[in-house]
Amino acid sequence: MQSDLQLNTDRPVDDSSLSARWLEHRRFDRKRRMLVAALALIAVCAGLLDVFTGPAALNPLQILQGLFDPDALTRPMQVVLWQVRLPVALLALFVGAALALAGAEMQTILHNPLAEPFTLGVSSSAALGAALAIVWDWDVVGVDPTWLVPANAFIFALGSLLLLHLLTHWRGANAQTLVLFGIAIGFAAGAFLSLLQFVASEDALQQLVFWNMGSLARADWPSVATLAGVMAVTLPFSWRAASQLTSLRLGEERARSFGIDVISLRRWALVRASLLAATAVAFVGTVGFIGLVGPHVARMLVGDSHRYLLPASVLVGSALMALASVVSKVLINGVLLPIGIVTALVGLPVFMGLILRRRGGRA
Amino acid sequence: MKPHLTLHIRRLSVNYRGRHVLSDLSLPELYAGELVVLAGPNGAGKSTCLKALAGLANASGDVQFAGQDCLAWTARERAQQIGFMPQILPEDTLLTVLEATLAALRGDGPISRDEDELRALRVLDRLDIGELAMVPLAHLSGGQRQLAALAQTIVRGSPLILLDEPVSALDLGHQWQVMNVARRLAEEGRIVIVVLHDLTLAAQWADRIAVVHQSRIHSFGTPAEVITVAALNEVWGVAARVGYCELGRPSVYVDGPARIRSSSSDLKLENCQ
Repeated sequence: MQSDLQLNTDRPVDDSSLSARWLEHRRFDRKRRMLVAALALIAVCAGLLDVFTGPAALNPLQILQGLFDPDALTRPMQVVLWQVRLPVALLALFVGAALALAGAEMQTILHNPLAEPFTLGVSSSAALGAALAIVWDWDVVGVDPTWLVPANAFIFALGSLLLLHLLTHWRGANAQTLVLFGIAIGFAAGAFLSLLQFVASEDALQQLVFWNMGSLARADWPSVATLAGVMAVTLPFSWRAASQLTSLRLGEERARSFGIDVISLRRWALVRASLLAATAVAFVGTVGFIGLVGPHVARMLVGDSHRYLLPASVLVGSALMALASVVSKVLINGVLLPIGIVTALVGLPVFMGLILRRRGGRA
Repeated sequence: MKPHLTLHIRRLSVNYRGRHVLSDLSLPELYAGELVVLAGPNGAGKSTCLKALAGLANASGDVQFAGQDCLAWTARERAQQIGFMPQILPEDTLLTVLEATLAALRGDGPISRDEDELRALRVLDRLDIGELAMVPLAHLSGGQRQLAALAQTIVRGSPLILLDEPVSALDLGHQWQVMNVARRLAEEGRIVIVVLHDLTLAAQWADRIAVVHQSRIHSFGTPAEVITVAALNEVWGVAARVGYCELGRPSVYVDGPARIRSSSSDLKLENCQ
C-alpha cells in the first residue's frame, strides 16, 4: 500500500542540499559510533586504573605481568591481584553497566528522566531483604550462608518490582503511576529498614550499615560471574528492543500508532531492568546515582537513538563505577570507603551540573 | 488513485472506565480524495474519535476501510494503513528531526536503508523543514515540532491520515502550509481527517465537516451546510455571525466587547450578506 500512494513534492527538491543533509546524517552516525568506541576505551582504562590502585605494593608493570602470567608474582601478590583487585574491578564495571542500562531503559519506558533502580525503590527493597537476612541470621538448608544475604536482597528487589507490576496492572499501566508507586515502595522499604536497625544487635547493625552504604569489598568470582551471566542474557534483548524504545521517545500514542505493543515493550523492559538492578544491588548493596547519571551523560553525548544510547549508557556507567572505586580507595589513605558514599558524593554535583547546564542550554 | 477507497464509520463507541466518551458515532461514507474536518467544543469526543480510528482507544462498532473491518486489524496492519498525528507531542526528545522521521518510517520494521533516509529527507523538504533535519526535537519551537510531527505522520504514505489539531501552535503562514499539505495528501488519493478548532480555517479547506457535540455527531455536510449561526449557538454556545466568500464558504465572526457595546442592547445574529 505504501508504494501505491507516492508522496508528491510541490516543487522540485534541490538534490544537492538533500545529499548534503544525507551526508551530514551519516557523519553524525559515524561520530556517534566513534564516541561509543571512545567510551569503551575509557571504561577499559578506568577498569585497569582500578586494578592498579590499592594499598598493596604492586606496580602497574607487575600487575600486567601477573595478569598474563600469574606465577611471575609472589604468592601473596597473586592473591591480592586475582582474589581482590580483579574481582573488585570487574564487579565495579559490571555493576555500573547493569545499573546504567537499567536506568536508561526505565527512563525511556516510564517517560521520566528521574527513573532509575534507586528512585523506583529497588535498592531500598534489596537493602531491606539483606537486612532481614543479617538481623535474623537465617539458616537455610543447602544454601551457603555467605550467599544468603545477596540471595535475599535479590528476592526482595525482584519482589518490589513484582509488586510494582501488580499495582500498576491493577490500576492500569500508566507510566506516571508506576513512578509514584515505586517511590512509595521505596519509602515503605526504608521505613521497615529503619525499624530493623532499631531492633538489631550491635553486631548486625554494623554489617547492616556497611551493606546499606554499598560496598565492593565482598566482590568475588562467583558474584562477578553471576552478574556477567545476567547481563549476557538480558543485553541481547535490550539491543533487540532498541528501535522500539527509540520510537517510544516520540510519545506513547505515536509508538502505538507505529504498531508497537507498548504494554509488552514496557513489561519486558521492566523485567530486564529488574533482573539487572536486583542482581547488581544484591552483591554491592545500595549504590545510587549511577543509574541516573550514566544514562544522562550518555544521552548528552549520543542523543536519544537507543542504538547508541544503550551501549553508551552501559559504558558510561562502567567507567563511572570504576572511577568511583578508584576514588574510594585513594580518598583516605589506607581506608576503603564504601562506594555508595563516593557515587553519591560525586554523582550529586555531576547531576546538579547536568540539570543546570541543560536548563541553560535550552533557554 | 484508488476510487474504491472508502471509510465507513458506523456506531463507533468508546468506553473509558465505564463512561461513554463516544457513543454510536456514525458518518456517511467518506471517499478517497476527501479532506474531512472534525469540529466541536473541547471534550466533545473529536480526539477520541481519531484515536478510536487509529486503534488507540478501546472502541467497538463497525468501521470499514477499503472493505476491511478496521477495528479488527492487528497493530501492524493498522500501522501500514493509518498515519496518526497525536495532539500531545513530547518536548524533551533528543532525537533529531530526521531520526524521528526515520523511526516513524520504520515503525516496528527493519532498520536503516539508503532509500528510507532519502525518502524521509524528501518529506522534510516538502514541509519546508529540511534545514532542521539534524536538529534535536527538544530544540525546536512549538510550530516546528508540529511540522516535524506531521512529517512523521505522512512519511509512510498511508492511505488514511488522521491529524489531531495539527495547526494549534502554528502561525498563519504555517497553518496555510499544513492545510495545503493535508489537501494535497487527499488529492493524491487518501482520506484525510483533521481535528480543527478554527472553524473558518475548517470551512476554507474541508470538503465536508462533521460537528461532534456531547460524544455524538451533531451535523455532517459541506461547510456551508454545517457552519450556521444556529449550530454555533447550539454547539459552542456563542452568538456569532457567519459570512460567505464568493465561493460560498463560510467565515465565522464572534464579536468582541467593542462591537457588542456599539450594537445597543441585544446582540444581533445576522448573516453578512
